[in-house]
Amino acid sequence: MKLELRGITKRFGALVANDHINLTVEAGEIHALLGENGAGKSTLMNVLYGLYRAEEGEILLDDVVQHFAGPGDAMAAGIGMVHQHFMLIPVFTVAENVMLGHEETGFGGHLDLPAARRRVTEISARFGFDVDPDALVEDLPVGVQQRVEIIKALSRDARVLVFDEPTAVLTPQETDELMGIMRQLRDSGTSIVFITHKLREVRAVADRITVIRLGAVVGEASPTASNEELATMMVGRAVDLTVDKSPAEPGAPALVVSDLTVLDPHGQVLVNSVSFTVHAGEILAIAGVQGNGQTELTEALMGLQPRVSGEITLDGSSLRGHTVRKILDAGVGFVPEDRTEDGLVSEFTIAENLMLDRSHQPPFVKRFNVQLSFLAKFAEDKVKEFDVRSQGIDTLVGRLSGGNQQKVVLARELSRELRLFIAAQPTRGLDVGSIEFVHERIIATRDAGTPVIVISTELDEVAALADRILVMFRGRVVGIVPGDTPRAVLGLMMAGETPTEEGAAA
Amino acid sequence: MSETLQTPPVSSGKPAQPGQPDQPDQPGRVYQIFREITTGNAIISVLAVLLALLVGAILIAFTNEDVQKASVYFFSRPGDTVVAAWNSVSGAYSALFQGSVYNFRKPDFASGIKPLTETLTFATPLIAAGLGVALGFRVGLFNIGGRGQMLIAAALGGWVAFALDLPAGIHLVVALVVGVAGGALWGGLVGLLKARTGAHEVITTIMLNYVAYYLVSYLLRDGFLKTPGSNNPQSPASKPTAVFPDLLGPTYNLHLGFILVIIATIFTWWLLSRSNLGFQFRAVGLNPHAARVAGISVDRMYVYAMLLSGGLVGLAGINQVLGTSTSGFDAGIDSGIGFDAITVALLGRSRPWGVFAAGILFGAFKAGGFSMQAAEGVPIDIVLIVQSLIVLFIAAPPLVRAIFRLPTPGQKTPGAKTPRKRTTTPTEVVAS
Repeated sequence: MKLELRGITKRFGALVANDHINLTVEAGEIHALLGENGAGKSTLMNVLYGLYRAEEGEILLDDVVQHFAGPGDAMAAGIGMVHQHFMLIPVFTVAENVMLGHEETGFGGHLDLPAARRRVTEISARFGFDVDPDALVEDLPVGVQQRVEIIKALSRDARVLVFDEPTAVLTPQETDELMGIMRQLRDSGTSIVFITHKLREVRAVADRITVIRLGAVVGEASPTASNEELATMMVGRAVDLTVDKSPAEPGAPALVVSDLTVLDPHGQVLVNSVSFTVHAGEILAIAGVQGNGQTELTEALMGLQPRVSGEITLDGSSLRGHTVRKILDAGVGFVPEDRTEDGLVSEFTIAENLMLDRSHQPPFVKRFNVQLSFLAKFAEDKVKEFDVRSQGIDTLVGRLSGGNQQKVVLARELSRELRLFIAAQPTRGLDVGSIEFVHERIIATRDAGTPVIVISTELDEVAALADRILVMFRGRVVGIVPGDTPRAVLGLMMAGETPTEEGAAA
Repeated sequence: MSETLQTPPVSSGKPAQPGQPDQPDQPGRVYQIFREITTGNAIISVLAVLLALLVGAILIAFTNEDVQKASVYFFSRPGDTVVAAWNSVSGAYSALFQGSVYNFRKPDFASGIKPLTETLTFATPLIAAGLGVALGFRVGLFNIGGRGQMLIAAALGGWVAFALDLPAGIHLVVALVVGVAGGALWGGLVGLLKARTGAHEVITTIMLNYVAYYLVSYLLRDGFLKTPGSNNPQSPASKPTAVFPDLLGPTYNLHLGFILVIIATIFTWWLLSRSNLGFQFRAVGLNPHAARVAGISVDRMYVYAMLLSGGLVGLAGINQVLGTSTSGFDAGIDSGIGFDAITVALLGRSRPWGVFAAGILFGAFKAGGFSMQAAEGVPIDIVLIVQSLIVLFIAAPPLVRAIFRLPTPGQKTPGAKTPRKRTTTPTEVVAS
């Protein structure tokens, strides 16, 4: 089915989120919509899906103008959406999830489950999905859950499929499989809109690329364009994607973790006897698919996990069993992986957030009084130094963009005397410009002789920053390999396979 | 950047009209300030009070006998109904005003102003307890144990006041301190339970209300609070050395307690907006996860907050014993203030000076409600209904906004539909 958007304009008050956007997706084509976070991609797709009403413009399917009052109309017209965050009910089976919203019922409202089951089996057979219709969704790996989302859309005869940042939660292997599925769907005549900000994936799978910046179409690009060309279109200025990094000059071992085990409140093992060392002046990247114990490992280092055994020493003194306060005071800087949840108080101002973890001691506090004038001066300095774009230090942090929020976190953590710096997912959800900035800062911290741990699920980031790479799988260390280990080897390690000879050499 | 992006409606040269938020002519600074006021919380509070008074007026008219009589022949002479309704409402509200602010029927200023001092006297415990509840709110705690904390404060402080013999001045201070400490301990217990076991403060405070009520009842009947030789479950009168002195002489009931709540308000303001403890309180209240990651001991903050919250509520309790009913107290000494305090804190938006103003308004309702009933025969329940409606309207800000057609926060243009999914907010794009 051919999809055409003509002159779509969507305003939120004074702000134009979509400015006369034209987009044509031919039948049987994968059309990538590339843009930074906040460029207006998701708004456009929500207009298409009937969630927003556009002020101007029209949507055409096979040259017929459509009027969608809600997602129901869009679905009925043949538009399906695979959301970034799955819209599945974990305790339902695959079949139940697929039928949800258009349940077929028999006598007295009896659910016709067998029909739904047949539907699932039929679609997964057609595309080789290998999904058991009776499996509970919560038991399935993330990649399979995504397939359930796809089946859900296909079971409603979707002939235009929108994938909204589908690879954010997948391993590299799962990403490759998803791309295979997308190609297969395309070959069977489905039109696909692929929303992403990852350049590599776009180039791998897209037939055509439309780049959006600040709510407007910047232009089309061909899949043969280089990363730099695409990034430049996306950001609107020349972007240097490679991080300038001199070889590490590792010093003495600083952080020594031995036999660290973390249990959850039910006694389940989250981190399984992990041991590693980080030297002064090097970056150890901890790679792995989301949910393989990296989060719990960092929380254990920060004193945020209650059931920890093993030993953690920093410069010879033990950190295990100490309060968060003591660990912070020992000189550990921490960028939490979920900055809005754990890193910032969004209803606090920039200035207040900058003193969040130093609210107990001079110079920010003297005799119980917050030193407002000192704080203001400090905040002004840091806002300038870290280039936080805002209307002033009294701006609420919740009103900043993700990149600027992260800069506030970095400014706070890097303005202390550090003996260890831990950054968890430091660039998640950030735009290209901010990513550059964050990476430069992390490398500058390393070059100042501070041991650095970077936890990341993005291989690009791991490759850009790491001096050594520790790969985790199911709470265990699969291996510690050099920073220049090929992507394919890392991908296998992230799936739990122990590295071959070349990797083990580290 | 937003200046270049936005396409404001073409201005026809008219100045910005704050009264018409639907057509912002100049989306500039004036409009921004206007937006901050309208979408900010204070204006909602004021409008909620107005709305509640309006609904109250309708109820007064409907319950008035003259109106009911006139409405029988409404279709032949509708004017009678309207006049009767107007008379009943204006009479009731002017009685409310004269009973709470200034009585014009009195010959001189000194006696005319007496209602205002009554209002402040009634407001005193409401402000103190309201501050306590508001402090809890700011830390993310719902302290509905005001009753228990007041009772314990009154019992302990009251005992000091009637049982001990101490020099004037010292006696008062000791009774005050013991009372506040009693409230603080009763509240702190809740904080400790929450910190140590995770017990929810709503449940524990309610249960401790019962414990305090029956404990104090028992002590009044058979324990150390009993009046010797009396069968009434009532305590002896407070000794004169422990009683709050009158501020304006014996003609007025206003006593030292009012000065104490002014100090308490200043203290709470300093605590929340200037001290590092208050900083940590607010951080925990707004985002306990981030507070914990930043090394703030969330559990400890809960205990401190409940200690301080209970102490402030305790001030309300001791105020009753040493200021308002000094002739001995029974187990009803809290007279519902512990619950009214929640209302006061909500109306005051949990800001110390907001609570102060809200407490005075509710004090005025209390003082004026009696004279409204006496002068116009309007049931005092109307006042309670108005109070309840205020809270109802505050709890449903979208309702108030809809009635007054105010813009919704988080949305730049009034009238535009609220986005159902907040994927791209204006600020994010502008800032990125």
